[in-house]
Amino acid sequence: MNNTVKQLSIFIENRSGTLTKVLDLFSRAGIQIIASTIADTQDYGIYRVVCSAPYDAYAILKENGIDVQLTDVMAIAIEDEPGNAALAISALSDAQVDILYMYSFLWQGRGVLVMRADKVENALEVIANRNMVLLNEDDFKL
Amino acid sequence: MNIIPNDACPFFNEKMETMTREEIEALQLERLKATVRHCMNSPFYSKRFDEAGLKPEDIRSLDDLRRIPFTTKQDLRDTYPFGMASVPLRECSRLHSSSGTTGTPTVILHTHKDLEEWATQVARNLWMVGLRPDDVFQNSSGYGMFTGGLGFQYGAERMGMLTIPAAAGNSARQIKFITDFGTTALHAVPSYVTRLYEVMQNMGVDPRRDTKLRVLAIGAEPHSEEQRQRIQDMLGVKAYNSFGMSEMCGPGVGFECKEQNGLHFWEDYYIVEIVNPDTLEPVPDGEIGELVLTTLCREAMPLLRYRTRDLTRVLGRSCPCGRNHVRLDRMRGRSDDMMVLRGVNIFPIQIEKILMTFPKLASNYLITLTTDEDNDNMTVEVELEELFTDDYSRLQSLTNRIQRALKDEILLTPHVKLLPKGTLPVSEGKAVRVVDKRTVYQ
Repeated sequence: MNNTVKQLSIFIENRSGTLTKVLDLFSRAGIQIIASTIADTQDYGIYRVVCSAPYDAYAILKENGIDVQLTDVMAIAIEDEPGNAALAISALSDAQVDILYMYSFLWQGRGVLVMRADKVENALEVIANRNMVLLNEDDFKL
Repeated sequence: MNIIPNDACPFFNEKMETMTREEIEALQLERLKATVRHCMNSPFYSKRFDEAGLKPEDIRSLDDLRRIPFTTKQDLRDTYPFGMASVPLRECSRLHSSSGTTGTPTVILHTHKDLEEWATQVARNLWMVGLRPDDVFQNSSGYGMFTGGLGFQYGAERMGMLTIPAAAGNSARQIKFITDFGTTALHAVPSYVTRLYEVMQNMGVDPRRDTKLRVLAIGAEPHSEEQRQRIQDMLGVKAYNSFGMSEMCGPGVGFECKEQNGLHFWEDYYIVEIVNPDTLEPVPDGEIGELVLTTLCREAMPLLRYRTRDLTRVLGRSCPCGRNHVRLDRMRGRSDDMMVLRGVNIFPIQIEKILMTFPKLASNYLITLTTDEDNDNMTVEVELEELFTDDYSRLQSLTNRIQRALKDEILLTPHVKLLPKGTLPVSEGKAVRVVDKRTVYQ
């Protein structure tokens, strides 16, 4: 079974207009952006996107000359109550899993933590033991 | 013979410095003929004259100079190391060499007399701006192969000043020298002067109150009139523009007088031509062109019609200071793609060579030069072949490795920016690799 979600990592120049071009391509292809994040760096930006059709989006972006990568990330669903994120993260931390980056959003009434972590096997074990729910890309299909 | 004039005399060598134009040109013709004859001792020039069907006797007037082919930096490389010498090596006393970062290095040889003449030119310049044997001269310039070190050292000693070979770097120690030794005159590249001022402020040293500084010689990197004014205001000094190049000897070739209205080029030592870099025809006075110099007093390695690649223009051939040696504008740029940053000469090909060693980079890149608070800065933008990671720390580590490799090559740390492929403008025809936004050229 598939334990990961395909995230698009889009390399964009930190210049006005570049994000518009990318979003416009999603819009015209009818692909829904479920969650996205962009870091604030001075020189270059990686726009990270979880969407309803990552492979289609990848192909369209490539065709339009945009530098994009498909990255496997974990999407952990938690109940939307105070304290649950803390429990999830401390469990991973106890298993020596380092989180490279993380962002979160609400999805159909549940909280979702999207993260790229090292020691993926440790992470999966912890998730299974603690009865946390991993989402996969089918969950985000329209 | 080292004859030092009276302090009251405004000239170091009154006879040479105050010649009329007729006298200058008569002397130039005499020295040009002698130089051309002497050049026939060099394998390079005797061959070049043969090829051009030219004999030394054909040079009968200053206009005949234009019959002589140009000499280029490439000629110096092709004859490396000694193919352009006009005397046997045993008659030479010193060798200066360029680093050869863009290929074969170049060598300039000096006889003992060449070194004397070089020192005399520098002494003339320092005297011209009012320095006298009572002054204390601190040379905060790189020594070694960089001619700004030894060139100013010998020149300042020659005119009788106490001279401190402080060399470049260690700003706190420089400032201690300035205050402890009562330094009145300093030579440095302009961006380093700005740096010294910052460190003075941090140390609580007020240059006007706590130092005796009154004269600065600044050169070796392009700077604007505004930058000079700021340096003068910061330190409470007069700052004079200096022009030199190792091919001619080093510093001393041209220097501003107290009028600060152009650099006097010593025409008893050089013939100055300004030519259109494309047609190589002379341009009228006042029009910008490439500076071409012919040495008139060199023994070891005379150079005929050497293309300096520096762009400037003639401002005049007379001056209220009493010297009729031609006045040239501050350097306005280059007719090749060489960049001068903080005294370091850099060619885009050096940058390109380094970038190409990183397989993750695409071939398009752009170098942007800016002035921030009087400092020259370089930004290198380069495209990634493709996004190979979405991990910022790996991108940052690549950026750092590129930066270090560039620093090893060009001795300056540029700002490096990674871009998605296809972001940089693609020019039609010759690629634009350098955008110079520094205030000096505006």
